[in-house]
Amino acid sequence: MKLSPKTATLLVLVLLIALSPLLFPSGYYYRVGALIFVNAIAVTGIVILTGYAGQISLGHAGFAGIGAYACALAPVHLGLHPGLAMVLGAVISGLMAFLVGRPILRLKGYYLGVATLGFGILISMVLNNERQLTGGPDGMEVPDLGLRGLLKDAGLDLTNGQFWYWFCGIAVIIGAWLALNLFNSPSGRALRALHGSEVAARTVGVDVTRLKLQAFVISAVYASVSGSLLALQNKFITPDVAGFMHSIEMVTMAVLGGVGSVLGAIFGAAVLTLLPQVLTVFAEYEQMVLGLVMMLVMIFLPQGLLPSILRRFRRGDE
Amino acid sequence: MPELLQFLFSGVTVGAVYALVALGFTIIYNASDVVNFAQGEFVMLGGMITVAAYAAGVPLPLAAVIAIVATAAIGVAMNKLAIEPARGAPVVSLIIITIGASIFIRGGTQLLLGKQIHTFPAFSGDAPIRIMGATILPQSLWVIGGAVVVFIGLWLFFTRTLTGRAVLATSNNRLAAQLVGINTRFVMTLSFALSAGIGALAGVLVTPITLTSYDVGLALALKGFAAAMLGGMGNPKGALVGGLLLGLLESMTAGYLSSQYKDAAAFVVILLVLFFMPQGLFGRKSTERV
Amino acid sequence: MKTTLITTAVAICIAGAASAEIRIGASVSATGPAAFLGDPEAKTLEMLVEAANANGGINGEEIALVLYDDGGDPNKARTFATRLIEDDEVVAIIGGSTTGTSMSILSVAEDNEIPFISLAGAIEIIDPVKPFTFKTPHTDRMACQKIFEDMQKQGITQIGMISGTDGFGASMQAQCKEVVGEYGITVVADETYNPTDADMTTQLTKIRNTDGVQAVLNPGFGQGPSIVTRNYKQLAVDLPLYQSHGVASDGFIELAGADAAEGVRLPGTALLIAGLLADDDPQKPLVEAYKTAFEEKTGTSVGTFGGYANDAFLILTDAITRAGEADPTAIRDAIEATEGLAGTTGIYSMNAEDHLGLDLSAFRMLEIKGGEWTLIE
Repeated sequence: MKLSPKTATLLVLVLLIALSPLLFPSGYYYRVGALIFVNAIAVTGIVILTGYAGQISLGHAGFAGIGAYACALAPVHLGLHPGLAMVLGAVISGLMAFLVGRPILRLKGYYLGVATLGFGILISMVLNNERQLTGGPDGMEVPDLGLRGLLKDAGLDLTNGQFWYWFCGIAVIIGAWLALNLFNSPSGRALRALHGSEVAARTVGVDVTRLKLQAFVISAVYASVSGSLLALQNKFITPDVAGFMHSIEMVTMAVLGGVGSVLGAIFGAAVLTLLPQVLTVFAEYEQMVLGLVMMLVMIFLPQGLLPSILRRFRRGDE
Repeated sequence: MPELLQFLFSGVTVGAVYALVALGFTIIYNASDVVNFAQGEFVMLGGMITVAAYAAGVPLPLAAVIAIVATAAIGVAMNKLAIEPARGAPVVSLIIITIGASIFIRGGTQLLLGKQIHTFPAFSGDAPIRIMGATILPQSLWVIGGAVVVFIGLWLFFTRTLTGRAVLATSNNRLAAQLVGINTRFVMTLSFALSAGIGALAGVLVTPITLTSYDVGLALALKGFAAAMLGGMGNPKGALVGGLLLGLLESMTAGYLSSQYKDAAAFVVILLVLFFMPQGLFGRKSTERV
Repeated sequence: MKTTLITTAVAICIAGAASAEIRIGASVSATGPAAFLGDPEAKTLEMLVEAANANGGINGEEIALVLYDDGGDPNKARTFATRLIEDDEVVAIIGGSTTGTSMSILSVAEDNEIPFISLAGAIEIIDPVKPFTFKTPHTDRMACQKIFEDMQKQGITQIGMISGTDGFGASMQAQCKEVVGEYGITVVADETYNPTDADMTTQLTKIRNTDGVQAVLNPGFGQGPSIVTRNYKQLAVDLPLYQSHGVASDGFIELAGADAAEGVRLPGTALLIAGLLADDDPQKPLVEAYKTAFEEKTGTSVGTFGGYANDAFLILTDAITRAGEADPTAIRDAIEATEGLAGTTGIYSMNAEDHLGLDLSAFRMLEIKGGEWTLIE
């Protein structure tokens, strides 16, 4: 039996998410799992932008910030349900990406990098400085999503950690499914051509500008949803979510895991989320080991962890 | 009037710091098309090693020289151990390597030299120089002078020396450069040594003003990167003008608009410049290979 | 992913081979932008646990400290709090160097009914009072009040403020502006700087040129206030300069230069003036012991922040001793009953309505003269 790559990817994800809890010795592991999923969603967006469309962004945390603060602010000021606030955040992020993306995406390489970086910094600066509204660097509280309570009334009593593990896990699968569908659609194929060569794609009649913009908007929505889920889960949010380091983290996760595929990038998200937790045993050597791991992976597995590992496996089969 | 002059002095001081960091980016970028995100760590190392040597009783000028040489050696080691083995990797992978290197260097410094904030005495004292009611510190003149000297040196290097042209040739087409007999491995080693050395020099010059600690590199690298992009990456003139412009923008915004949003104003201007000049102010036009 | 998870599990088992011992958790910002706060806190806790165990632990049981570095990231702090409670099974948590990390740890601790002693300044942490949350530093508001009291005595009615945009500076800036009116003082110039900025002469020039400014207040920590103080001298501003408790450490005088720091006033704790304390001062023996031990161990001068960790550990061990058992709820009840306990920061007396237990008298107004701290009042 031969599975299509799309079905195979989804199957692996579903199995890993569903079966991993069997190995969890304590509630803490649900928390780490849920964090991996939050990062995985943002990183899936990076795959669409960088892996499919070949564009770099050093400012996507800005969109995560919009998603996060939408969940904190809209329920208080607009009386929206936190779930709807997440949708609102995604819409605002998408619109913002659409408006900013038009001029920005004409830039290439590092120039695109610095432009997106500037955009992200502007957002985090607003969140930091508008203390009246956002609580400034001290952050603000986020209302409860309320879904866990509903489930409890319906007879399904989950701990907070378990609830967020399953909720974010399902979100990851939906996100991956949408991304893979995009990958197999005509515009997805056009996007892949784009990564190969923009000039070539343009010559054969692909509307390059529109496709790049599309990828930018979609990836912004993914980042926004990821930020919302983080805010709702932590019930507290600070401007760090929109910070430069968070943007870099997203890109690093995707590239380290393998930016060319959804599964690879999610693998990268898992590794980089787990790493700081594992490295605590190194105490003050933690930072050095983290830097060393990043360098070694990129030197020896420049295509990313997962693709390189898979290639070894296939070679082993023959 | 003294007010405007004071804002100008402040802007030029800060701008010269940015320019020095931005100049460090240019050589490695010219040789390899890689923006080295560990450049800020070179600046940090310059300051921190000087502090350590000075505290150990070494006279300040000698401590500074030790710091510059040691940092250049670290730059060479970084090229040999991390960049050269990854030859042929996609540029984005190389960027992650430089980010990894910067985390590594920061972690190592924190371990060996601690997390305290340090400084050492200014080269020509702390007595401010008064000009028409405004003041500037002698150390600011050292920083500005340093930026100008490094700029002239780099400009001569790239236009007047064979080695400098070899660097540019390597960046344009590595294979062709090799064919005409350029030792591209040596060019890479040289560019890392020079970039790291310039970064360390920047660290030595600015520390009496900005103070230093193991984690100052990131913020400096960010501003230096922005300045280099504003001016046009790879061009020493762009780095100098971009840095000074960024510093002046921040100071003028803080002075006449709002100190809270001074960095915002700087980035808005960068975005606007890039919309109209996608290669920065003095960037070279690049044609894409198909 | 599976193998990584198993590795994690193994690593944790090795790290915390458990036995009959009192397990205390801590999550502080030993690295990152708040390392200035978290680094001395981490070193203090390690030092104190070592010393306590050498003296036979608490009630004859060893203390095991599980210490994590959250890097000042509230998200990481929440994860570590979960880990401390669910995985390391600690009976109490000390930590949260910043307000953001404290707020994150707080909600996990409250959910799981584990006592938590925060090391951050904001008043929100203990107001409204939450059953399991306590804190040792004075609130930023109290620092502002102390400073404004002193200004009032000098007859100062109009001031300029220059604040850092980091959590510490921004929080204190806001608190000060809330209470300034009560002292008949108005803020006529209000400027900010980024914690990584290299030069603040622009902001200071603006403040100096504002009509009627009689004094300048600089809430902030790290290198910012040192640069402000140097720039202040460079511009020869002839007005009193007030710093916050964020710079209360000998390191500040060294970085700003004794010359530039001359005449700077700030609200500090007994820790900085150990030698000047009266012999019958209840804080004296404790302050001297901590100062000697810390400076011997780390080779760096003591500061207010390490003192906060010292006091948190003191309150906790005192509570466990009185409770007679290491049960989280019993510890909580004992902490709330803390009475007249002398720490480096002040003398703590808590109750059901007050989970901080300090008043303004814990702050002492200090002035730098000839490169030394001196006591005014």
